[in-house]
Amino acid sequence: MGPDFFLYAIATALVIYVLTGGADFGGGVWDLFAKGQHRERQRLVIERAIGPIWEVNHIWTIFIVVMLFAVFPDAFAAIGVALHIPLTIAMVGIVLRGSAFTFRSYGLQPDATRRRWGHLFAWTSLVTPVVLGMTLAALASGEIRIEDGKVTSSLLAGWTSPFAIATGVLALVLFSLIAAVYLIFEGGGEFRADFRRKAFATQIVAVVMLVVVYGLAHLDAPEFAARLDASPYIWPLRALIAFLAWAVLAAIKNELDWIARAATMCQVAAVVVGFGLAMGRHLILPDLTIDDAGGHEATRLAIAPALVFGAFLLIPSLYCLFAMFKGSPSSGDDH
Amino acid sequence: MDDLLSARSQMAMSLGFHILFAVAGMAMPLMMATAEILHLRTGRAVYLDLAKRWAKGTAILFAVGAVSGTTLSFELGLLWPEFMRHAGPIVGMPFSLEAFAFFLEAIFLGIYLYGWKKLLPHWHIVVGFLVALCGLTSGVFVVAVNSWMNTPTGFDYVDGEFVNIDVWKAFLSPAFPTQAFHTAISAYSSVAFLVMGIHAWGLMRSPKSEFHRAALTIALGFAMVSTPLQILSGDLAARHCGNEQPIKLAAMEGLYETQRGAPLALGGIPDDEARHLKGAIEIPKVLSLMQGFDPEHEVRGLEDFPRDEWPNTLLVRTAFSIMVMLGMAMMGVVGWSAFLIWRRRELPTGKWYLRALVAMAPAGMIAVEAGWCVTELGRQPWIIHGYMRTSEALTTVPNLVWHFGLFTVLYVFLGITVTILLRNHVFAAPASGAEKKEGR
Repeated sequence: MGPDFFLYAIATALVIYVLTGGADFGGGVWDLFAKGQHRERQRLVIERAIGPIWEVNHIWTIFIVVMLFAVFPDAFAAIGVALHIPLTIAMVGIVLRGSAFTFRSYGLQPDATRRRWGHLFAWTSLVTPVVLGMTLAALASGEIRIEDGKVTSSLLAGWTSPFAIATGVLALVLFSLIAAVYLIFEGGGEFRADFRRKAFATQIVAVVMLVVVYGLAHLDAPEFAARLDASPYIWPLRALIAFLAWAVLAAIKNELDWIARAATMCQVAAVVVGFGLAMGRHLILPDLTIDDAGGHEATRLAIAPALVFGAFLLIPSLYCLFAMFKGSPSSGDDH
Repeated sequence: MDDLLSARSQMAMSLGFHILFAVAGMAMPLMMATAEILHLRTGRAVYLDLAKRWAKGTAILFAVGAVSGTTLSFELGLLWPEFMRHAGPIVGMPFSLEAFAFFLEAIFLGIYLYGWKKLLPHWHIVVGFLVALCGLTSGVFVVAVNSWMNTPTGFDYVDGEFVNIDVWKAFLSPAFPTQAFHTAISAYSSVAFLVMGIHAWGLMRSPKSEFHRAALTIALGFAMVSTPLQILSGDLAARHCGNEQPIKLAAMEGLYETQRGAPLALGGIPDDEARHLKGAIEIPKVLSLMQGFDPEHEVRGLEDFPRDEWPNTLLVRTAFSIMVMLGMAMMGVVGWSAFLIWRRRELPTGKWYLRALVAMAPAGMIAVEAGWCVTELGRQPWIIHGYMRTSEALTTVPNLVWHFGLFTVLYVFLGITVTILLRNHVFAAPASGAEKKEGR
């Protein structure tokens, strides 16, 4: 059995993570930017929207990590060395963010303390996606070099370039966009209108950032950019993203919230797929493909059915969870 | 601090932190679901109150456990890339299954915590038990990985490479059954003792509180079932260790000389230079009897092994002694409880009994940490016993002491916060509500 199945599994998990976990990060960003007299009310709605699902959404990262070391162990080892610093920062962000969110939700302390946890949650929601985006960009940068399985580039290679930083910002903007579009469904009246406005503005920033990242890729990650431009799917993909970007804006303008949500999800997924198309079968450009990322045939043969079996349990359970809490618009529940 | 020591310290601290939340994540859901069942059966509000309190506690502990567990999965690559490069494909199966079990646990916990009004009571209870079941299985899967590090199987080792991998054989490594049993049961008994101690404290301060009384009753039930099993599983695990990892057993028992009729030593400080356990009380032939059901059974001592493969005997022996001592004390408390219940046919609430429970509150958790030290330090200097040394697994990234410092500060801060939250919002009796409804 070839390794491609697992590359698709990881890519699928990444897309789902961006569409679900990404929205949790985005929720934190909107918590940070909550303004006006309804500020606390807005924060409460965001908290309730995230509450039941954030831990589940988060586990996609564990799934990706496990797949990497089980099936592509050389890539996992190289990433652990080359991206040691940004991943460590992301870890601190993830730990602080999850804890702060829980402490705020369950700690009925004085309001001042509660607010402090809220701020920590919001700020870590802002920083972590940027660092995760920088990490992903580093894999595409071409700056991380590996010889005989050893990382030879510096600990700053790849993730500190303008391209990487812009990609980090793009990740943050896309996460905020998804969150804004989802949040339209969580509150009523004024809240809805507010998040329509926020989603609209964020989408415009997202389009600008997409163009910026694309341009910077040609400067800082030339091989990645060349591969992207050479892909036979690049024109259909560009057309699709452009169409979806327009569809999101049009749907928000016309208050077609369901269409806005679907189009946003497709647009963000298309961006991730575009990244994947340019990477091809590389896990780290240019030195490491899925064929030379280590791993064993026997492991792949055993784990593939385990994944199928796991999916059979996971998909209906996930469906139940989301149907219960995300099926109908806004229903606050006690806990 | 050199990089190896920094990395090992960080891993020890991360796991030592995570394990407390992991055992709570395994045992608390079972207790909350039990309280909810009692509410359904008896209709008493105090049980519902308790179920909700424990659910809140589970939520806090699970969240911190989840994020610290995520961090651990990354830390494996950040600190031990060479280990993961070789071991990843071999232990990929339990890790993959663990990811799914963890997924399901988080899903069911989300449904449980936020679904009080959305589900019928009996379905809500079923979901609670599913949380507990998934918590248990995910714990068992993680222990499978550690068991494999202790007794690696499921591969051939040829010219420094691991080949002919059999992931199922690696999953079911020789140490797995006893280690998984011992670790899983420890979760229930350690959490039960902690909860007992906390509510015994509550009962001392407000002796009429139905809330504390109900909580103590349930926790005591858990302790009385799990603690004897824990002693039994410890005995099985030690015998297994003697067969599969004799050097670890020798370090645990402080036994230097290979001998028939080996004595069981109580206490004592190992002296590697003199090859002697200083100041121990020795009971003749008992170790041989326990290991082989035969007073003349041969038990291998440390001197059978090359000096550079010895673990740190002082730490392993001390941790082992602490674990055994606390286990015995816990068993003593359970025996005392059983005696009092048999005599009086009601929950014992005598002053000295409650004081003892308060004193014993942290015993289980300390024993869990000590047991973890035994199995981890006892495997050193190996990361994969007999195949890869811990020093060979270390990352090439320098200055790991910063990494260690950062996470130490982070975890100390989180630990303090969690303690305060639990004290104020989970274990404190409700100010109003159930107490009044109970008419006391």
